[in-house]
Amino acid sequence: MTGAAWVYGNDINTDVLAPGAYLKGSVEEMAKHCLESIDPDFATTVAPGDIVVGGDNFGIGSSREQAAQSLSILGVNVVVAKSFARIFYRNAFNLGVIPLVCEDAGKVQKGDELRIDAEKGKVENLTRGETYACETVPPHLMEIVRDGGLLPHLKKKLKGK
Amino acid sequence: MGMTLSEKIIADACGQDIVRPGEIVTCKVGLAMTHDSSGARRQEPRLKELGVDVWDPNKVVVITDHYVPAVDALSAEILKITRDWVKDQGIPHFYDMQGICHIVLPERGHLHPGLFAVGGDSHSPTGGAFGSFMVGIGATDMTGVLVTGEIWINVPPTILVNWSGSLSKYVTAKDMMLKLCAEIGLNGANYKVVEFAGDGVTSLSMDERMVLPNMTAEVGAKTGIIAPDQVTVDWLEEHGAKTEGALDWFSDSDCEYEDTLNFDASTLSPQVAAPHSPANAAPVEDYKNIAVQQAYIGACTGAKLEDLQMAAAVIKGKTVATDTRFLVAPASTRITAAAAADGTLATLTAAGAILLPSGCGACAGLGAGILSSGDTCISSTNRNFPGRMGSAHAKVYLGSPYAVAAAAVAGRIIDPREVGDVA
Repeated sequence: MTGAAWVYGNDINTDVLAPGAYLKGSVEEMAKHCLESIDPDFATTVAPGDIVVGGDNFGIGSSREQAAQSLSILGVNVVVAKSFARIFYRNAFNLGVIPLVCEDAGKVQKGDELRIDAEKGKVENLTRGETYACETVPPHLMEIVRDGGLLPHLKKKLKGK
Repeated sequence: MGMTLSEKIIADACGQDIVRPGEIVTCKVGLAMTHDSSGARRQEPRLKELGVDVWDPNKVVVITDHYVPAVDALSAEILKITRDWVKDQGIPHFYDMQGICHIVLPERGHLHPGLFAVGGDSHSPTGGAFGSFMVGIGATDMTGVLVTGEIWINVPPTILVNWSGSLSKYVTAKDMMLKLCAEIGLNGANYKVVEFAGDGVTSLSMDERMVLPNMTAEVGAKTGIIAPDQVTVDWLEEHGAKTEGALDWFSDSDCEYEDTLNFDASTLSPQVAAPHSPANAAPVEDYKNIAVQQAYIGACTGAKLEDLQMAAAVIKGKTVATDTRFLVAPASTRITAAAAADGTLATLTAAGAILLPSGCGACAGLGAGILSSGDTCISSTNRNFPGRMGSAHAKVYLGSPYAVAAAAVAGRIIDPREVGDVA
């Protein structure tokens, strides 16, 4: 997976990712307002395959999974951050977005071209010619990712019964 | 080596004798709570798609609190979906518009020590005040629970937060949590359990204890927990909850805490957190004299009966400042009834408070009391991220019910201990 980086700071919270004012409506509508309070250009200009990069504690706050789902709808399949808030971390896998824990996330600049290998836990910064090691994803979560999220994963499991 | 209280509950739920931090286990869920936002409107189509029903309707509790009462066609529709789904699935425990889920759940006797529970809301750790291990999860995770009755969990390490001494007048559990947020930051307890102990905790009422695990969501914790004692048992009995074996749940004396943090309750002063983070907490004097257009008593954190009584104690015989709106949304209908019966509501409304329905309301940016750009609000709620209570350009300060009521009288942030000086 290769994409351009959108870089944000620490504690990117769920009210910023999925503003409460749009909770009632559809997730597609919510996605249009993802990150708008800190970056009004994000939702309108992000391209499918782009990668969001954060600092510490990405996704802190509410359990609303629209925070991860909005990113997924906008075509963001990977978030690279120094650390993730726990509910966001689970929600992301469940909705097919891979949260990669990467100590070197801070080295990425806006617009850098990144190549991601989630299985090997590797982020290549093609713009800077650097490679960053990430935490590898536990096998039971990689299985959910391979199935395309928790719902398809459950479907498969139920069929197997 | 022994286990912490949380490790014991996880071990029990996953059928092992022992669990250790870092181990990934699958637990049987004793109770799953969902509300109108993360519940039926998400679960109904998914269960249909999967062609299955809820694994055990008796273990599911559904509560409407986010979109109540309906204010437009969308919220009315979400509530209708919820009511229909509950009937369709034969879920016996349904509380429609009775208050905020984290308050209604224990109020109606659903929580008890040793219970492994999940809730479709980030403030689900509130259940830890009753010795339950209760974590917040997203809606798709909840689908997994509703289908299988199980959930995977990475056994979290436990941090012990020990409060010695007792709080002085006008200082509350909310101030303890704001202090903790400032000390360890928004990810200070990421993926960990925060266990609260010490005489500064055991001397608190259950209403106050609930604030401690509730706001562990603000330090990134997996959950918070307090070992049950006689105060817990008395409360559980009064609310028709299971008490059998309640006092058997505690952390072993030889258990391993990842860290121990010590605080002194007796020297704590009223705290206020500035926009836009609960971690921006400092003694109230740091933010003194900031004008507020709104003072809000609400949410699972700050609108229980004792919270309303705190506000009433400060505002009794006084009047809300001219340019300030003082809004009060009691956390449940039972609390409203109790506050009506004991005169608390009369005191608040006589001073100029405006009563709002019980629900998540303005705290979640959904119900009545939303802020406009340029508004400054002081709130007894738990979060002040940009846009949380409405406009992303509003400013929200967090404080105790005492601090909120004091600001309502003064029209500006003041030390609640000085409210007597306000004319």
